[in-house]
Amino acid sequence: MALRSSVTRRTLTLGLNSTRLLPLSRSLQTFSLPDLPYDYGALEPAISGEIMQLHHQKHHRTYITNYNKALEQLHEAIQKGDSSTVVKLQSAIKFNGGGHVNHSIFWKNLAPIREGGGEPPKASLGWAIDTHFGSLESLIQKMNTEGAALQGSGWVWLGVNKELKKLVIETTPNQDPLVTKGPHLVPLLGIDVWEHAYYLQYKNVRPDYLKNIWKVINWKYASEVYEKECA
Amino acid sequence: MAATTSMVTSLTFTIPSLGLRLPTRSYPCLKPQRRFVRKAASNVITATYELKAPPYPLNALEPHMSRETLEYHWGKHHRTYVENLNKQVVGTDLEGLSLEDIIIVTYNKGDILPAFNNAAQAWNHDFFWESMKPGGGGKPSGDLLDLIERDFGSFERFIEEFKAAAATQFGSGWAWLAYKANRLDVENAVNPWPSEKDKELVIVKSPNAVNPLVWDYFPLLTIDVWEHAYYLDFQNRRPDYISVFMEKLVSWETVNTRLEKAKARAAEREMEEERRRKEEEEGKPTNEEEDDDLEMYVDNDNDDSEAE
Repeated sequence: MALRSSVTRRTLTLGLNSTRLLPLSRSLQTFSLPDLPYDYGALEPAISGEIMQLHHQKHHRTYITNYNKALEQLHEAIQKGDSSTVVKLQSAIKFNGGGHVNHSIFWKNLAPIREGGGEPPKASLGWAIDTHFGSLESLIQKMNTEGAALQGSGWVWLGVNKELKKLVIETTPNQDPLVTKGPHLVPLLGIDVWEHAYYLQYKNVRPDYLKNIWKVINWKYASEVYEKECA
Repeated sequence: MAATTSMVTSLTFTIPSLGLRLPTRSYPCLKPQRRFVRKAASNVITATYELKAPPYPLNALEPHMSRETLEYHWGKHHRTYVENLNKQVVGTDLEGLSLEDIIIVTYNKGDILPAFNNAAQAWNHDFFWESMKPGGGGKPSGDLLDLIERDFGSFERFIEEFKAAAATQFGSGWAWLAYKANRLDVENAVNPWPSEKDKELVIVKSPNAVNPLVWDYFPLLTIDVWEHAYYLDFQNRRPDYISVFMEKLVSWETVNTRLEKAKARAAEREMEEERRRKEEEEGKPTNEEEDDDLEMYVDNDNDDSEAE
């Protein structure tokens, strides 16, 4: 099942005849919830279907709704030259846009076991991991330690610095995308450690969630991204 | 390690009924090398911090907050903060300090030290359980209601603002009603037009473990908006959780008691300030020696650069 990320294109005109495109108006791209390439229950027992459904249909959708709203307001403010509002909207865009960016990656980072979830990376990414971290186990341990130690809400990432062609492990708070930690960082794989990602199943035992999620990590996707950046 | 960057000497006093001890900001330090040093007399190793039970059984807040939530939230999360704090503090300069002192010291003016998260979360959760009661909700009365109406326009506006703060604290954190009675700590500044309005109620929100003690406010009420506080009962529906909290759980009696203490402390501080200002005018030496009995320090002779 191909991943459909549907995007709607709307043209905003300033209250004038909407069939004519005014030279000054720019079209505003809004976003909608991408489909998961697997059923909600397909990642069990690592992640419960209940969590997957809530996470996708409630949390991710809410980020998208609020992101779209903030973008519309931003669009209007830009057109009016209302700098105060432009600046005021930045945090909403960061929270909600970041939430959309991060979760879109996250769904691709996961795959049911029968579709390759958990299968270790091979080829260039596998080799890079061994070189940089010693072994896949060592990478996993490091990411789990960082993920468990993160205070509050955030993400733990395996990324690649596309300038230096080096793998990195980073954490970001709240919904900050990986790029906020370095402009050359490209996310290969992110693990959501917000409590909503695991609470119903693992309660306060985040380390158990981190231990189990590796069984459904989709290394194929991570490898594709890596190869694209480091070809 | 110690709080070498902080030159605050902490004056604490115990408020008998709730056992709440809050540091007052004392006179700015004149001796730049003054640090936290342990008093020679206090050789006793203070008892470690304990997990206090909520003032009601774990199922008492049902159906608004389930027993299961209390079992995990208090029994696991809160307990873990306390246990980890004890482990972090033992054998360090923080040992023996009150929880509030540890919070201020480890907050370190924003450059947070390791024990802060556990200490602050331990305190925050105690404060949270006490902010609720079975059959809570309703409306406050008396001075508290008057102040709310003065500072927010109306009780309804206050509720709106508090709920908005709680709903828009992105990620993990807390929303607070607090009593703010401090002014800028500038040595020679005198408030040219002091009035009762200088002391006011404020609504603030804070991320993760931060609480208004670090801003020298007096917290009156809090709601925990970390997801673990509401996920079992409300899943993603934080606004519903917040509404239920306000309508069914808030203990206005507790908030009222805290307000009285806040006002008393503000009054005491003002008297302290007056006394100090008078003494300064009259050219007397500062009274810091007199306060020795109450001061608590942390010893770090090794770092004393004056020794070089």
